[in-house]
Amino acid sequence: MSETPIISFNTVNKWYGDFHVLRNIDLQVKKGERIVICGPSGSGKSTLIRCINRLEEHQQGTIIVDDIELTDDVKNIDSIRLEVGMVFQSFNLFPHMTVLENLIIGQHLVRRLPKRDAEEVAMTYLERVKIADQAIKYPGQLSGGQQQRVAIARSLCMKPKIMLFDEVTSALDPEMVKEVLDVMVDLAQEGMTMLVVTHEMGFARTVADRVIFMDEGQIIEENTPDAFFDNPTSERAQNFIGQVLHHL
Amino acid sequence: MDPVNRIFHEEQPPPVRTTGLLAWSKENLFSSWFNIVISILLFWIIYQFVAFVLSWGLINAVWFGETAKACPDSSGACWAFITSRWRLFVYGLYPNDLYWRVNVVYVLAAITIASFVWSFGKSTMRIRMTMFIGFPIAAYIFLIGGFWGLKYITPENFGGLLLTLTIATSGIFGSIPLGLILMLGRTSDLKIYSKVCTVFIEFWRGVPHIVVIVMFVALLPLFVPGGGKVDIVVRAFIAFAAFNSAYMAEVFRGGLQSIPKGQFEASRAIGLSYWKMMGYIILPQAIRNSIPALVNTCISIFKETTIVLLVGFSDFLGIIHLSLETPDWLGPPHISTSGYVFAAMIYFVFTFGMSKYSKRLENRSNVDN
Repeated sequence: MSETPIISFNTVNKWYGDFHVLRNIDLQVKKGERIVICGPSGSGKSTLIRCINRLEEHQQGTIIVDDIELTDDVKNIDSIRLEVGMVFQSFNLFPHMTVLENLIIGQHLVRRLPKRDAEEVAMTYLERVKIADQAIKYPGQLSGGQQQRVAIARSLCMKPKIMLFDEVTSALDPEMVKEVLDVMVDLAQEGMTMLVVTHEMGFARTVADRVIFMDEGQIIEENTPDAFFDNPTSERAQNFIGQVLHHL
Repeated sequence: MDPVNRIFHEEQPPPVRTTGLLAWSKENLFSSWFNIVISILLFWIIYQFVAFVLSWGLINAVWFGETAKACPDSSGACWAFITSRWRLFVYGLYPNDLYWRVNVVYVLAAITIASFVWSFGKSTMRIRMTMFIGFPIAAYIFLIGGFWGLKYITPENFGGLLLTLTIATSGIFGSIPLGLILMLGRTSDLKIYSKVCTVFIEFWRGVPHIVVIVMFVALLPLFVPGGGKVDIVVRAFIAFAAFNSAYMAEVFRGGLQSIPKGQFEASRAIGLSYWKMMGYIILPQAIRNSIPALVNTCISIFKETTIVLLVGFSDFLGIIHLSLETPDWLGPPHISTSGYVFAAMIYFVFTFGMSKYSKRLENRSNVDN
């Protein structure tokens, strides 16, 4: 049934010490859905998606990813991390390995693919992100945009069902943002389930099925991108959009 | 504002610097009267020093002789003391007819060092690991023996450079893996491991090394049943590995802390388990970042081996010290000066080599980044 959600948050709460970072989050994501999450900094957007592959633990409520409930059970965590890929703001490529080795290591150690097969998969994805010619270089020799595309390819190699993007263009020089967004648009068109934390409103409009606006750890507003950007209902969202679009 | 179009400038080479010895010395040594005076003074001091070293160490030195009578004149070094006793200094009391076994180990040591200096492409890491694990085992087999037709030699016969090097090697080769384990324990999320390792590290760091050596060598049989059965020199090996592992653990912890959090997160996000993450992603980077501090610790381990003198071992310094007090070599003080100068030179050669190696590794990792 395509109607069962692939990710579901049920009244999820989380605290950092005394700070209530996620408050009563309820969210259902269907398979193949593209969701953009935006909001002011410190609003809990990154924390929210990091809960999905348990880089962060929630303290109350339930999170169910592809019919597996996230608990302390290590087996559950491992199987969810196989389903969920993640790309970070700061790329986080492994600097002591070549681009190709970065893509092989997960497949070899986690999926237990023989190195030769893993290399083949790696090269297909490097070609997809248009960077196959850099395969034997080290990450430090690449530009930011190239590194981020490698990071996306590294996640895709693991054949995830869900991809999480955590402000992946924020650390890039302006002229490199497009090459990364192009890869993400491409991915969205193939039907990947994506949760994207970003301030790239153009991307949100072209790709997203739904925009989620967060502030102070809560989901304030949820709407289609056009409706959200043109007629935000809450005052906070109006302010936020005003600030983000201010410079355009 | 009107648009301004500027001329596009072609790339140009940097201005040529005037070099050459004359230009350089004019600029750096003789640029003012004050500098001229200072430079001349310094040249004079350097000249005096070099002249003294040459005349004392080479020209007026006595190179051969069997007793102190060979060196009556204090205007030159008494290298005869070294040349007549070098076997003792290098091999200690190891049986004469088995020197070849020590030589094999010295050659293996040289090969091990070479494997860490030169690079062998893809298999570099594998070769180094093999040598790192293989060398101590081979050294044990050849030096102590007791099987495969190799006669058992008690480590109590070790002495001189052989003892210094075996203590330093067991200190270095023992403390690195032990230090890694301690560091992993100390940084573990499991409170119990972390507490135990922290206590262990703080204990060994907090106790003076001389106390540790005396406890292990002299007092161990009193506290630990059967402790007296362990060879006295082996106990010194263990003591050196134990307290240096605490320092190594802290060195590695420094390296670990230099790894950005993102490396851990990316590893976990692609599903690596704790051990795979540590083994393939984190430790290779952390160890590499610890190398300068690690070599620094190795240098201090090497120099600190001299404290075994206090429990009556004849390490390299000890055996020179003892030889100077034998009736044959009792004589004018310049003989003992020669002995200690020689000891200092040998220690310096080893530590300077290590420090050069560390410098090289630092430069190399700068290039990679």
